[in-house]
Amino acid sequence: MLGYIVKRVFLMIPTMIGISIISFFIIQLPPGDYLTSVLASMADGGQNIDEAEIARMRRIYGLDDPMIVQYWKWISGIVLRGDFGYSFEWGRPVSELIWDRMGATLGVSVAALIFVWAVSLPIGIYSAVRRHSFGDHIFTFLGFLGLAIPNFILALTLMYVSFAYFGQSVGGLFSPEYAQADWSLARVWDLLKHLWIPVVVVGTSGTAALIRILRANLTDELSKPYVVTARAKGLPEYQVILKYPVRIALNPFVSAIGWVLPQLISGVTITAIVLNLPTAGPMLIRALVAQDMYLAGSFILLMGVLTLIGMLVSDLLLAALDPRIRFT
Amino acid sequence: MTDATQRPAPDPFILPEDGHEETAPAISPLRPGEDPENIAVAGQWQLIRKRFFGNKVAVAAGVIVILLYLIAAFVEFLAPASPTAAQPRFTYAPPQSVAFFVEDPETGTRRWLPHVKGYTMEVDLESLRRTFTIDDDQVIPIGFFVEGSSYRLWGLFEMNRRLIGPLDPSKPMNLLGTDSLGRDLLSRVIYGTRVSMSIGLIGVVTSLVIGTILGALSGYYGGWVDLSIQRLIEVISAIPTIPLWLGLAAAIPITWSPLRVYFIITLIVSLLAWTSLAREVRGRFFSLKGEDFVTAALLDGSSQRRVIFRHILPSLTSHILAVVTLAIPTMIVAETALSFLGIGLKPPVVSWGVLLQDAQNIRTVATAPWLLVWPSLMVVLSVLAFNFLGDGLRDAADPYEN
Amino acid sequence: MQHQSHPPASTTTTTDTDTVLSVRNLSIDYHLRTHILHAVRDVSFDLKAGHTLALVGESGSGKSVTARALLRIIDTPARVTGGTITLTGPDGPQRLDQMTETGKEIRAIRGGRIGLIFQEPMSSLSPVRTIGAQIVESVRLHRKMTKQEAKAETVSLLRQVEIDNPEQMADRYTFEFSGGMRQRAMIAMALACNPDVLIADEPTTALDVTTQAEIMDLIKRLQVSRGMTMLMITHDLGLVAEIADDVAVMRFGRIVEQGPVDALFHAPRTAYARALLGSTLRLEAGQNRPAPPTQGEPLLSARGLTKGFGAKSWTGKTTWAITAVDNVNIDLWPGENLGIVGESGSGKTTLGKMLLRIVEPTAGRIDWRPQPGAAPRDVTAMDRRTLRTYRQAVRLVFQDPFASLNPRMTVKQVIGDPLYVAGGMNGAAIDRRVGELLELVGLDRSAMERYPHAFSGGQRQRIGIARALALNPQIIVADEATSALDVSIRAQILDLLLDLQKRLGLSFVFIAHDISVVRYFCDRVVVMHKGRIVETGTAEHICTTPSEPYTQALISAVPSPDPRNKRMSQRTRLSR
Repeated sequence: MLGYIVKRVFLMIPTMIGISIISFFIIQLPPGDYLTSVLASMADGGQNIDEAEIARMRRIYGLDDPMIVQYWKWISGIVLRGDFGYSFEWGRPVSELIWDRMGATLGVSVAALIFVWAVSLPIGIYSAVRRHSFGDHIFTFLGFLGLAIPNFILALTLMYVSFAYFGQSVGGLFSPEYAQADWSLARVWDLLKHLWIPVVVVGTSGTAALIRILRANLTDELSKPYVVTARAKGLPEYQVILKYPVRIALNPFVSAIGWVLPQLISGVTITAIVLNLPTAGPMLIRALVAQDMYLAGSFILLMGVLTLIGMLVSDLLLAALDPRIRFT
Repeated sequence: MTDATQRPAPDPFILPEDGHEETAPAISPLRPGEDPENIAVAGQWQLIRKRFFGNKVAVAAGVIVILLYLIAAFVEFLAPASPTAAQPRFTYAPPQSVAFFVEDPETGTRRWLPHVKGYTMEVDLESLRRTFTIDDDQVIPIGFFVEGSSYRLWGLFEMNRRLIGPLDPSKPMNLLGTDSLGRDLLSRVIYGTRVSMSIGLIGVVTSLVIGTILGALSGYYGGWVDLSIQRLIEVISAIPTIPLWLGLAAAIPITWSPLRVYFIITLIVSLLAWTSLAREVRGRFFSLKGEDFVTAALLDGSSQRRVIFRHILPSLTSHILAVVTLAIPTMIVAETALSFLGIGLKPPVVSWGVLLQDAQNIRTVATAPWLLVWPSLMVVLSVLAFNFLGDGLRDAADPYEN
Repeated sequence: MQHQSHPPASTTTTTDTDTVLSVRNLSIDYHLRTHILHAVRDVSFDLKAGHTLALVGESGSGKSVTARALLRIIDTPARVTGGTITLTGPDGPQRLDQMTETGKEIRAIRGGRIGLIFQEPMSSLSPVRTIGAQIVESVRLHRKMTKQEAKAETVSLLRQVEIDNPEQMADRYTFEFSGGMRQRAMIAMALACNPDVLIADEPTTALDVTTQAEIMDLIKRLQVSRGMTMLMITHDLGLVAEIADDVAVMRFGRIVEQGPVDALFHAPRTAYARALLGSTLRLEAGQNRPAPPTQGEPLLSARGLTKGFGAKSWTGKTTWAITAVDNVNIDLWPGENLGIVGESGSGKTTLGKMLLRIVEPTAGRIDWRPQPGAAPRDVTAMDRRTLRTYRQAVRLVFQDPFASLNPRMTVKQVIGDPLYVAGGMNGAAIDRRVGELLELVGLDRSAMERYPHAFSGGQRQRIGIARALALNPQIIVADEATSALDVSIRAQILDLLLDLQKRLGLSFVFIAHDISVVRYFCDRVVVMHKGRIVETGTAEHICTTPSEPYTQALISAVPSPDPRNKRMSQRTRLSR
């Protein structure tokens, strides 16, 4: 098992490097560089800088270095010193800005993941066991709808409905009176009251997808001989289903973290923009529009890393669940 | 298998002394099945077609998809007005509904006259905002194939007939309401269909090309080329798509022409979508490569190329078709999302995403909910249609599995 | 054994002729999309206490679903439409057919009174729970025991089915067990609650012949020691002769003949039973044709052929995880049928693939003479073009008649493909040749325009043979070419191949696990075991008076289709 973990972590490294290269590429993508942005903002402020000064700054910032050196400076700063660069728009180091936001993104994503699991597991089992029943057809149709409605449209619709019919404006994670308050039961309750909308919005398509997967897998497993064996033992039907086929159909369920998590993070990004949540999304889009590239690049990098960690966790869970993976 | 000519010469079990010897399992037909003779000579596509057309939902979805593309092809003719024609007198005007009869107030008789009702304006004194309400007393007759403002169909043919419109072009007809500048939402939604639906199609073709080229490289050279392409796919799929799309799209210079933006957005969307396509096709390719009949073809003396083109690809095309159909909706949603956030397509280009930009503000939506409802409905409808169609195709793609 | 694992013999006070389970007029329908398949029709039989009834039939005869219907565990498209199932126990008769399918009553009988073992020991046990846990579950379901007691009982059961180190093995998973051990575990589970009736559904079909003999021994021993009644489902008449007291032969859902085992084998009453027996016996006899001379130059000879699997380790050292074929030498003379026999994992299939270079040998060479008297050419050193000429002369017939024909091509395209690619034929010439080939293999010319899905397994195998013959080959490598077919079809295909050999002057390399098939078909036989050749000799010699202990064990484990001459129980056992 330990060897397996080490191997998985080891295999992550090249992907991690790939993600960092793509993030760096995005940082470099807009025309001009870091300095042009600084100069532009200084010019806006009425400051003028002479050519020699610009050349000196280019040297200091290493902007004349080859790309690979610049990449190395950037990535080593992150890995060795936790230095993600400087956000000129906020006038602060990126590292001071991102962690709260990433934390909120992670929080909402994990909450959505739990939602996805909690909803899709029973429905998936029901749909597979009672295939082609009325309930199964209803769930299948709802599933298709859930897959078809993009997150942000769902978010807008929910917002409109609660605004038009309940006269209440949803958005954010806290009511104003709790936003800066210390943690208390009341504040947690307030959080839950706000959290359910983004969680439902973000989780819907993942739930629909997982129900379909679980239904398909469980249907396959239900026809396997070991199910007949379990039945032939005289086990009650619910135990036959839960202890045998469901146990194995859970595998794709667990490995789903690997692809559901990036979807959820994606979903949180765009939903947060609509619902104005204090997660990475709104800040990322603002940074991108303002071409505050170090900030934007850092978000993309961290989201990629988060996904990778999610995949690792799913692999490890899978190994814990399935001896066939653990032993080979 | 009751065909006597097919049976190898002597069947040892049909022996005369037992008159009641049976030769086949007992079957009671429930409904007339297909003639076995027909099925025996039916090729792959015939079987797929039969299976696909047996799936009513998928067929209906296919019809909707075709209709959507027909709309996209003839937007100029179908839209009652130009998508950019502003009516400053009718901003945020609500949808008018079509009625077919007018009642004479004096005689009480009903008369056939397709029409919509006109608007009256009210000014809210507090906010000084103008609001429009439907005025049942104003009748604006409408008709089919009316003369409207002139346009060039596909930029080629000068025409001024439109499918539907007010008989008097100066009168307003906004079946789905108007936006902040008083532009007719129906016309804009129809024009948006062209951009949004074509992005899906072009995007999928682009990603198929990218996927095929990289897949072929990967398969042909193998070794480290294959390994690095697989790694690339892994890396790209590890980054959450929307942030990555955002990152790439945000770098598009503001000065670019709408057409250029359109193509680069398509490219960005397909840059990320090819990975799942490539992965699926690669997996199928390798599982087919291990099939006995492929080995048999190799032993028959077929060259590598003939094996691929004559034996593997024909088995693959139906699957590719299904996968591609299922990939289109992601592209449509991607474009919509990017445009909605303001870093995809930008006005004056009209797409469903651009239309939804107007619905970003919840107060605007509260005054003019149609701005949210109709473009959203179009997105959901098209995605649903493609999903059902793709699912049907996927289920029919392999008629040989039991 | 300190543990008293069975209740006293009071439950089996019935005398020998008492009927334990009685089935009357059982009918089962499958509701399919376009039709109803009457899978079982008016089936009646009795299980007598302590006796074994064998239900015999070819695929699709309805024997398996009958067995499952007794426990009321048939799957959804199938439905029992009539008949009675009566189980007689200490509390009097119980009507199983009247119980609800998920009710408490029937659950007490499943596993408690009737135990079930299946064909596929791998997939019949859950791969994610330990063997022990699955047996403990069975034990506790029907017997009041604490966890510790159940665990101890499980270990004792595993010991009874002769699994070494039962304490440790109970904590292992199925994939850590070999096929035979899995089936033992499955038996332990079925016997956990000391059932009166054991239903064994093709219990050894997935196993090698030596393992099959051991498992059948075990089942028989346990049956006697526990006084169990057994219903055995099988397609193998040999096994029936060795094991059963009574037989019921099923065909297309009906029992066509029923009676004591000796009567069936020595005085069959129906044509079907006679034909079935005939196909089986014919294979037993051998063909007694004069063997071609094995002097002079062989057509094909392999020397030192070796194949290792497993990657190079990262240090660059090559250490093969498995040596599938280890230093094998074989020769094939003109007109000869060379059999390669072995159990699973013996390397026989890999050897066959290496002969055609579908798998590249790790070491060794293969010499091939295009004509008798010509200079030998090394196949392992051939480039692409010469390899193509070699593959025209040496053709392969596959095991699976369903996977080996491209479903998207018509029969004409399938058979015509080699004619077009390698034979350079076109249009009408292909039509003509394909027609000839079809008639040669006993199919009608009109089959040409049809797709493979229109044919049965045996017919498809004929198409595969026609494809192999298309280019007038010299040698045919047949890899388990008949093992996917029912016994009657199998005999037909073998006769076809022999007939073709006579007419076309072919030589065969015939790879098979089934010794009777090899004896019927081959002149000389090579016995493989764990990648090596154990013994080579004429078919007659190998099958009647083998010299090597392994071959003796192998041959004597083959069940003999004659209840008056039970071979398996007196077999030679290889010391482990």
